[in-house]
Amino acid sequence: MGPARARHGRRPLTGFLEIRDLEKRWGHGVTVGPITLDIARGEILALLGPSGSGKTTMLRLLAGFEAADGGRIAVAGEDVTTVPPARRRFGMVFQHYALFPHLDVGENVGFGLQGRGKRNEGRAQKISDALALVDLAGYEQRKVHELSGGQQQRVALARALAPEPRVLLLDEPLSNLDPALRERTRHELRDVIKRVGITTIFVTHEQEEAFDLGDCVAVLNNGHLEQTGLADDLYEHPANLFVATFVGRANVFRGDSARVLGGNGKGVVVVRPERLQFADAGLPGIVRERRYTGAGAFFLVEGDDHERFEVLAEPDAARVGQRVHVEATRVIAL
Amino acid sequence: MIGRWRRTDLAAVALTLLLVWLVVYPIMVVGAEAADGSAIRAFVTRPGEWAALWASVWISLLSVVLAAAIGIPLAFLFEWFDFPGRKTLGALIALPVVLPPLVGVIAFLFLYGESGFIARAIQAALHLQNAPWRLQGAVAILLVHAYSMYVYFYLFTRAGLAKLDVSMLEAAQALGADRRATLWRVIVPLLRPSLVGAAMLTFMTALGSFSAPYIFGGGFRVMTTQIVATKLNGDLPLAMVETVALALVAVLGLVMLRRTEGDDILVALGKGIAPRPRPIRRASVRRLTTVLGWGFAVLLLLPHLTLLLVSLVPYGAWTTEILPPVINFTNYRRLLSEAERLRPMWNSLWMAAVSTAAAVAIALAAGWLVVRRRARWRRAIEGLLALPWALPGTVFAIALAITFSTHAPLQLRFVLVGTAIILPLAYLVRALPLTGRGIIASYRQLDPSLEEAAASLGAGPWRTLARVTLPQLRPGLAAGASLAFVAALGDIVASIVLYTYETRPVSIEILSSLRLSETGVAAAFGVVLMLVSALVLGVGARR
Repeated sequence: MGPARARHGRRPLTGFLEIRDLEKRWGHGVTVGPITLDIARGEILALLGPSGSGKTTMLRLLAGFEAADGGRIAVAGEDVTTVPPARRRFGMVFQHYALFPHLDVGENVGFGLQGRGKRNEGRAQKISDALALVDLAGYEQRKVHELSGGQQQRVALARALAPEPRVLLLDEPLSNLDPALRERTRHELRDVIKRVGITTIFVTHEQEEAFDLGDCVAVLNNGHLEQTGLADDLYEHPANLFVATFVGRANVFRGDSARVLGGNGKGVVVVRPERLQFADAGLPGIVRERRYTGAGAFFLVEGDDHERFEVLAEPDAARVGQRVHVEATRVIAL
Repeated sequence: MIGRWRRTDLAAVALTLLLVWLVVYPIMVVGAEAADGSAIRAFVTRPGEWAALWASVWISLLSVVLAAAIGIPLAFLFEWFDFPGRKTLGALIALPVVLPPLVGVIAFLFLYGESGFIARAIQAALHLQNAPWRLQGAVAILLVHAYSMYVYFYLFTRAGLAKLDVSMLEAAQALGADRRATLWRVIVPLLRPSLVGAAMLTFMTALGSFSAPYIFGGGFRVMTTQIVATKLNGDLPLAMVETVALALVAVLGLVMLRRTEGDDILVALGKGIAPRPRPIRRASVRRLTTVLGWGFAVLLLLPHLTLLLVSLVPYGAWTTEILPPVINFTNYRRLLSEAERLRPMWNSLWMAAVSTAAAVAIALAAGWLVVRRRARWRRAIEGLLALPWALPGTVFAIALAITFSTHAPLQLRFVLVGTAIILPLAYLVRALPLTGRGIIASYRQLDPSLEEAAASLGAGPWRTLARVTLPQLRPGLAAGASLAFVAALGDIVASIVLYTYETRPVSIEILSSLRLSETGVAAAFGVVLMLVSALVLGVGARR
């Protein structure tokens, strides 16, 4: 479970899945890439980015649905850049699952398997194994539209895994589920992937999902790879201001305020809300709002230079309108 | 991957050229050859020509008015009020639209014609010397049109009403609008696209209508019958000028109706919850509605029941009696046992099947290129597929007859008239809008990730087509194909211009049987056509 390494990281290891200078040029001068990534065998990589960052394009390039305009993709040393999707052996779970509505669950799962017919025993065994893997044993005869959203998602996963692909691709795998179900499904999904041991890339725009499901995270923005690394690294050592503000909540300070909080006087200082606390001295300001979250409260503070920032503290740490001083326990200087 | 794009665009160009050759080229040939001084002079100076053109226009416009007057109130009745038998009746009422026009027309003839069932009954009851009326001329044509075309208004209005959001009506009421104001200020404006759509369809159908004026017209000519008569007289140059004139009227009519259409605002607003049908509370009104509803349904079914009855009466057995004295299956037995009578049935079936299959194949290719590949010229492809709908069938029949009666390979003109190819080709042209519309619309609704899912699971393009794309397109494909098949099966407009004795279809056989006063055989053919059409459409509409 080694972290994926970006070109800008330490010395790249040769990965199971290698992406070299992969690039897609759309019309109107929009370009995704060039992107270089190595993913180790059995690793789960999250492609995290805002909408329009090119993460879905990346996934579709990997699946073969889009043709690359430059660069190459290799699996276990085999160049698959121009291999059509049907022969690429990459499994894919689509955002809306793309289950075939005219086929039942068993036929959906068996679609990618060799042979035909329900009497083909090896095939039937593989179908039931795949369904058992996602905890849907015995669902072969069910109609797709009779299933709940979570069950459909699991059928889509079983269908993608049944033909034993070399790489699994997931497009926003949890976005179609209601929030209550997401966290549980996330863990089940990770559990299944790890049991199968398949190398996986998934796309998400939610940082929590990327952290929880991925072994490592690649942050994309405007078609470029901003940073790749473990969740802790991204959060604590963001490579730039984009990663600092996109991954987690962040207060950005400049100039005097930055210096007061412990910056080196040059550039920008980023402080996470939980790394700020009320104190007797420090950056002065007035509490404008308080948002209670149960475990704590976010206090929106307006500084004397009218800069606004958030402090995460005990719910009774301050009152709206109160004049406070804030100090940082840890700053990220960029 | 540039190579693949080139191939896609090449395919699109090839399809466009094929469609141009099928759909536009014959019209252009007629347009060019109609530019003949003496023929144009003849057309301009003869009063009969102007009379026929004017008749086509006002008959079509009046047909729209009559069809709207019947169809719209019926739609409101069935969509908004609940009474016993509402669902069954609601489906029965749409029946005339699914039957070949010729069948409807001869059924009408047997029921209301001067020697029809009703005229006979009145004659016998009142001891009249002659039939009480002659069902002929403009009135007869309008009656038949109203009878068969109100369905467009009925179906379109019902579809429009079903899309209405009940909260919009409630909002109008909450803002102080009474029922009348709600109707005129909210409902009618929202229904406008549906109503204009129905009006266009009715206008085009009435303008291209051939069987009704041919059988009931008598001396009264509209442009379609005039063209065919001129062609049969051998005056081809004049027939071409007439064809161009009719085509111009059709295009002009469509353009003018189109301008009143406006955007489909209901689609833009998204789907709401349609108002639920209200049960009629007052018992007397309820009883009246039920009686009227059922009465109307019987009235609608009566021609077809008459057709069935006439088909069971042997030749010469029914002369002056009110009810036929003998009923048996002689006509059907003759239909099946005489080779000369089986032949048209077989001709119609294979020609309809071939033309439908070709139209489906073209529409599938078009759907793939237009929707999936977003190929170059996709607008042109869609437009070409829809074009035959915008011109009366007679126009295409004449255009094909002219274009494909000359051997000029360099101009892509071949002698096809007189061969077995020309009728299926004509049916194919007429079928393109039906299959094209159904299949392209289905393609648009088809989630592309289904095909991508198939590909990522290892399915090649043909397997994906067979196991994912076609099953998903099935509703639109089946609907388009069954409509195309039924239209070809019952076609008379193109057939009467292009048939030979060897390739004569059922419609022509029905006409010649009628001419020989073999009404029983004609009716039996009509019943067979009706049953086959109903069966095909039933299968096509199944989900």
